Amino acid sequence: MNAPLLSVRDVAVEFRIPEGVFRRSRVLRAVDGVSFDLARGETLGVVGESGCGKSTLARAILGLVPLARGIMTLDGQSLDSGNGERWWRKDIQVIFQDPLASLNPRMTVGEIVAEPLETLMPELSRREMETRVISMMERVGLSSTQVNRYPHEFSGGQCQRIGIARALVSEPRVVLCDEPVSALDVSIQAQIVNLLTDLQKEMGLALLFIAHDLAVVRHISHRVMVMYLGQVAETTDADTLYRRPLHPYTRALMAAVPVPDPGRRARDVEIVRGDVPSLLAPPSGCPFRTRCPLAVARCAAEAPALRMVGKTAVACHLVDGADAGSAASA
Amino acid sequence: MSLLDVHDLKVSFETNDGLLPAVQGVSFALEEGEALGIVGESGSGKSQTVLALMGLLADNGVASGKAEFEGQDLLGLSPARLNRVRGEKISMIFQDPMTSLNPYLTVASQMTEVLTLHKDMTRREARQEAVRMLDAVHIPDASSRLDRYPHEFSGGMRQRVMIAMSLLCRPQILIADEPTTALDVTVQAQILRLLDEIRREFRTAVILITHDLGVVAEVCDRVIVMYGGRVMESGSLHHIFQGSRHPYTRGLLASVPRLDQERGGRLQGIPGAPPSLSRPPTGCPFEARCAYRLDRCTSVPPPLKERDRGHRVACYAELIL
Amino acid sequence: MSTAAETITGAPAEKGRSLWIDAGLRLKRNRAAVTAAVILAFMTVLVVVGPWFSPYEYDFTDWDRILIPPDIASGHLFGTDGIGRDIFVRTLFGGRISLVVGLVATIVSLVIGIAYGATAGYLGGRVDHIMMRIVDILYAMPFMFFVILLMVLFGRNIVLIFVAIGAINWLDMARIVRGQTLSLKRKEFVEAAEALGVRPFRIIRRHIVPNLLGVVVVYVTLTIPQVILVESFLSFLGLGVQEPMTSWGALVNEGAQEMESAPWTLVFPAVFLATTLFCFNFIGDGLRDALDPKDR
Repeated sequence: MNAPLLSVRDVAVEFRIPEGVFRRSRVLRAVDGVSFDLARGETLGVVGESGCGKSTLARAILGLVPLARGIMTLDGQSLDSGNGERWWRKDIQVIFQDPLASLNPRMTVGEIVAEPLETLMPELSRREMETRVISMMERVGLSSTQVNRYPHEFSGGQCQRIGIARALVSEPRVVLCDEPVSALDVSIQAQIVNLLTDLQKEMGLALLFIAHDLAVVRHISHRVMVMYLGQVAETTDADTLYRRPLHPYTRALMAAVPVPDPGRRARDVEIVRGDVPSLLAPPSGCPFRTRCPLAVARCAAEAPALRMVGKTAVACHLVDGADAGSAASA
Repeated sequence: MSLLDVHDLKVSFETNDGLLPAVQGVSFALEEGEALGIVGESGSGKSQTVLALMGLLADNGVASGKAEFEGQDLLGLSPARLNRVRGEKISMIFQDPMTSLNPYLTVASQMTEVLTLHKDMTRREARQEAVRMLDAVHIPDASSRLDRYPHEFSGGMRQRVMIAMSLLCRPQILIADEPTTALDVTVQAQILRLLDEIRREFRTAVILITHDLGVVAEVCDRVIVMYGGRVMESGSLHHIFQGSRHPYTRGLLASVPRLDQERGGRLQGIPGAPPSLSRPPTGCPFEARCAYRLDRCTSVPPPLKERDRGHRVACYAELIL
Repeated sequence: MSTAAETITGAPAEKGRSLWIDAGLRLKRNRAAVTAAVILAFMTVLVVVGPWFSPYEYDFTDWDRILIPPDIASGHLFGTDGIGRDIFVRTLFGGRISLVVGLVATIVSLVIGIAYGATAGYLGGRVDHIMMRIVDILYAMPFMFFVILLMVLFGRNIVLIFVAIGAINWLDMARIVRGQTLSLKRKEFVEAAEALGVRPFRIIRRHIVPNLLGVVVVYVTLTIPQVILVESFLSFLGLGVQEPMTSWGALVNEGAQEMESAPWTLVFPAVFLATTLFCFNFIGDGLRDALDPKDR
C-alpha cells in the first residue's frame, strides 16, 4: 500500500456542556482516540449508531470543531490552521445527509455549485467558473439547462446530485460523505451510490463514507470502521468484517439489520438489550459492556485497547485468535 | 367478515395549485389478529391512507370511499364518535413518540387519564393497569418510572411507552406509522420484536406502515405495496418476497442493499424519480420508470387483479415468475 | 452583488421559480391581501398627486368658509376646519407625512435591526451576549422621556420624529432577526458554507439574511402601521409635527375637539388612517400565509 493520503492519529473531540452559572461545566467526549488512514481512491466506511461520534469525526477533519488531542495529516502536512485559513478546505469536501436542507433555498443551483469556486479559487475568470459549474452539473447527471432553478424544484435524489456537484467542483482529494443516502428512497439510493463510485474512479477520490446502514457501507467500502460511543470497536477490510465480525457490537449490529427475506427473520437470533448510553455518563471500561451479552467483570474495570487479531483491529478483551476462525462458522 | 374493510379509499388535498390526489382508490381488508404491512416510498400515499381512516388528515384533506369497521363506516362517523373509536378500538403510534406524548405531564398521568376516561377505572386501578402495561412492553422497573416525564426516557423507551399507552384500552387494531424509522438499528430490532410479541399476546391486528421491506419481512403476514397513491401489488409475504409479479416490487426488492452481497459491481436501483404530486400521471404511476411498459400503461392505470389466491397485481405486463 | 451563475446565459437555461415568486403567486390568490394592496396603492397615489389638483393649499385660510361641511360647489370636498383650511388637502398632506414617517422609520429600524441582529446571532458567544445586553439596556429607557428630551434639546422637528421612532423600533427588529439567525445557523446549508470556508460576513449576507427576509417582511408590514400610530400618538400629545404642517394623527386630534359641532373634521382623516392601518394588517397576514405555506 502506498503512503496514506489522509492520516488520523489518536484524535479526540470534546464539548463542554454548561451546567448553569455556579456549577462546573461537564465534558462530553464525542470522539475518543480514533485513528485511521485513508489512501487515494480508497473508501473507508464508518458505521455506528447515534452518538457514536461518526459525524463529529467528519466535522473535526473539516476543521469545524477543535481537537482535544491527536494529529491529522493530509499528504504528510498537518491539518492545523494555527490561526489562519484552513489550507485544506479545497482538498477536503463534504456531502451532507439531508439533500434539501443542505442547499440554501434562496440560491439557484448555479449559484450553489459556483460558491466553492468563488470562495476557494477566486483567481478563476467568470467564464472559467461557468464552464466548470456546467461541466460538473453534467457529470453528476443534471442538465446544464437547470442552472437557474431552485433546490425546491428538484426531487430528493436530484438535490443530492447538486450537493455532490458542490462538493466536487473544487476538485478535492478527500470527500467526507455524511450519511449521503439515508434520507433517500431505497430505489433512489442506488443511483447516488453508483454515481459516487463512478466519480471516485474518474477523479481518484478518497471517500470517508459515514452511515448507519451496514449493507450500503458493505457495498461501497474497501475497509470499514465500526464505532461505538466515540471509540473504535473494530476496523478491518470489508469482506473480512462481514464474514467474520469479531467485536460483539459488530455482531449485534449485523444481527439487527432487518432482512427482506421472510425465511430469515431476525427474531430467531439474539438481539442486544437496552439503548445506547448517554455520552455524558459513559460506562467505565468498555463502552459496550452495559449491553454486551458476553460482558465479564474485567470489561467494567479495564477499557480494552485496539489490538490485531488476524487482519482485524478489535477493541475487546474477549476476542482471541481462535474467535477469528470460529466466527466464520458461526 | 373482515375486521376492517376498506373500499376504494381516495384522499386528496386542496392546495393553491389545485386539488392534489394523494391516494387514488385503495382497497384492502384486515383480518382479526393479522399483521398487515403497507410498504411504499415517500409520496406513495401510505401514511395518508391510514390517517384518512383515523380521521387525522390535515385540514385541507378530503377522503372518500368506504371503511367498514364493526358495521359502521369510519369515513362517515361524526368527529365525536370517531374520537371514541380512536381511543378504544383503534390506536396509532407514530415515528416520533414525542409528537403524541405531552412533555409537561408524567407518563403516569397520561396513561391513567386514558383509562379513567374510556374505561371508568378508579385512579388506583388505572395506575395498576398502567404498570402492568409498561411491564408488558418490558420497561424495567415500571412502577418507579411511571412518575417520570417523557423526556427522561431514551428514544427506544419512549417508543415502548407509546406502545404501552396505545394498548391500554386493548384496541382491536394497532396502526404503527414508521415506528422504528427514528431509532437505531439495534433498538429497532427490539421494538419490532416487541410488536410481534404484543400482537400474539393481545390478539391485536397490526397495520405497519414502513418504507423498509426488511421491517415488513420481520413482522407482517401480508403486504400491500403502494406507489404514487395506488396499490401496485398485495399478497402474502411469500407472494411479495419470493413470487412478486410486479416490476415495481421487483425493482424495490432488488434495490435493497444486502449484507450478504459481495462488494463491487453496481448497486441495482430503479432509474428515474417518483411522479410529481402536482402533476399525477394519467396511467400507471410507475410507467415512466418501468422496463416492461406497454402502450396502454400511459393512458389507463391497470386494475388490481387477482393472479393467485390472495395475490393481487396491478400490471398489464402480466409478469410470470 | 453579482455571481458567476448570473452571467451564465449561453445555454437556453430554464427559468427557476424562486421561493419569492412562489410566495408572490400565493399572495395573489389571497383576495383580502390583494384588495388591501390595491386600496393602499390607490391611497398612496392619491396622497402624492391629489394636492396638485385641489384649488387650495394646505395652509390657506378661506375666511369666507370657516368650519363648513363638505361642499362640492366651493371645492371644499371634505369641508373646512376651524380656521377655514381645506380638510381634503390637509388630509392628503397629513397622509404624506404619516406614510413617510411610517416608511422611513421602519426602513431605519429594518436596516439597523437586520445588521445588528444577524451579526449578534451568527457570531454568537460573547459578542452576542454583549450586543444583546446593549439592546436590553436601551429597552429599559422610557420612550416618552426619550422623545421629550429630544424635543427639548433640538426643538420640534419632523426629522427628530423619524430618529426617535426608528431608534426604538430597531430593538424589536434586532431581537426577531437574532432569533431567526440562531435557528438558521444550525441549518445544514450554513454548515456547508462554513465547511467551504466562506467568510462570516459573506455567510450572513448570502445565506442568513435572504432566508430571514420572509419573517422580516411580515414584521415590516406590521411595523409600519404601528409607527403611524406612534406618530399619531405623539401628535395627539402635541409632540408631533408642527402647525401648519400636519399628519393624520394631528388631524384626528384637531377633529376630536370639534367632533360634536363639525364631525367631518374628524371623520375624513380618521377613515383614511383606519383604512391604511387595516390594509397594512391584511397585507401582513397575507404575506405570512404566503411565505409560510405549512398546509401544503
